[in-house]
Amino acid sequence: MKNPLSWQIATVRKIKVETPRAKSFTLELPDWTPHRAGQHYDVRLTAEDGYQAQRSYSIASEPEREGEVDLTVERIADGEVSNYMHDVLIEGDKIEVRGPIGGYFVWESSIRGPLLLVAGGSGIVPLMSMIRHRRAAQSDAPTRLLYSSRSIDDIIYRHELEALTAGKDGLAVFYTLTRSQPAGWKGFARRIDAGMLSEVAGPLGKEAQAFICGPTQLVEAAAEVLVGMGLNAGHIRTERFGPTGG
Amino acid sequence: MASNFVSRGFVGKRRAGEKTNRLPPGQYLTDDFPVLSAGPTPHTPLEQWTFTVDGLVREKTTWTWAEFLQLPMQAFTADISCVTKWTHLDMRWEGVSLDTLLEHVELDRTALYLTAYSDGGYTTNLPVPDILNGQSFIALRYDGRPLAPEHGGPARMVVPHLYFWKSAKWIRGIRFMEKDKQGFWESAGYHRRGDPWKEERYWND
Repeated sequence: MKNPLSWQIATVRKIKVETPRAKSFTLELPDWTPHRAGQHYDVRLTAEDGYQAQRSYSIASEPEREGEVDLTVERIADGEVSNYMHDVLIEGDKIEVRGPIGGYFVWESSIRGPLLLVAGGSGIVPLMSMIRHRRAAQSDAPTRLLYSSRSIDDIIYRHELEALTAGKDGLAVFYTLTRSQPAGWKGFARRIDAGMLSEVAGPLGKEAQAFICGPTQLVEAAAEVLVGMGLNAGHIRTERFGPTGG
Repeated sequence: MASNFVSRGFVGKRRAGEKTNRLPPGQYLTDDFPVLSAGPTPHTPLEQWTFTVDGLVREKTTWTWAEFLQLPMQAFTADISCVTKWTHLDMRWEGVSLDTLLEHVELDRTALYLTAYSDGGYTTNLPVPDILNGQSFIALRYDGRPLAPEHGGPARMVVPHLYFWKSAKWIRGIRFMEKDKQGFWESAGYHRRGDPWKEERYWND
């Protein structure tokens, strides 16, 4: 029996451009095991001389999709692995991965109760796995997503999110665009703050399970607001990406 | 551990010299100090803060914040490696060595492990030999300033030779035990000990 969490060589089946800075990579896994929404895979690149680089990427796809996973990767300026994936990797290439990893920032449809998802930038990725799993499992748990992006072109999965909310199964999505908004924009247009969170999360009540993912400043601010709103700190789970400037 | 697999067209960013020798396997260098907490940041007022050593000790011992500040503080410079792959070299800390704290308690002979416990419910487990002889301290300051709350302030444990999840933020005490009891991340799939030089990231590594 293969050692769980061993490295395996996946095949890139599809690459999709989501936004100018984000691409989704569909990886076919020889040793696929169902993940839990919110988990991630580790990716390892090896150069000819043996030099290696590793990073973690959240799984974007639902565990119900067998045999493969989607990883959505944002290009980071100077990012060693993200730039390789964006600029060099093509369909048919092999890539070494291991996973799924992570036992805390996870949601399963069997968990009852309202669900609050708060995303900043590429923090949407693990939350999208939860949203896709929720749909595949036909859950009607009241769910609200507050998604902060710099501009409309930076919203990852926008069309899919619009289609999902049109399905009227209890999912509502709220966007805030912090740097620029298109003409006629009706959503929020500022950084996440107490007023915005209160408006979005309030209807879910104090028993909501909250998942917040994104840059640490956004996560820190949102978590503090939710604690102040009376949510149990133990019901607020956070995952943080990106540099913090020391 | 080395694979025979080669990633087509991957060259990578190479840093010359001495710094790369200090990087444990699978890590990358950063000058940043990422925050990767799993939940909201706790905020305990200093007048309510205490640090306790209990469990398999002759007598439970507690310090208030004012009392803790009276303990001899030292400067520590350490390389820190996080399981999420970042390593930051030469991080400058000030704090109280665990050796100093242990001068005030008498450890039972059966005390082989400890659990560090924190505000917000975080715990992590360590074997006693890993914290002795200058290998761990309670940090109150980072880079010349009081430790910020998102980095674990007012006080966190620092155990530089293990992955940084073992360095419990917002620490309030340590409990000595006979058996090793998995803490927060250990129960969520991470390694029992977490040695970055052996790449002990996950439970089965």
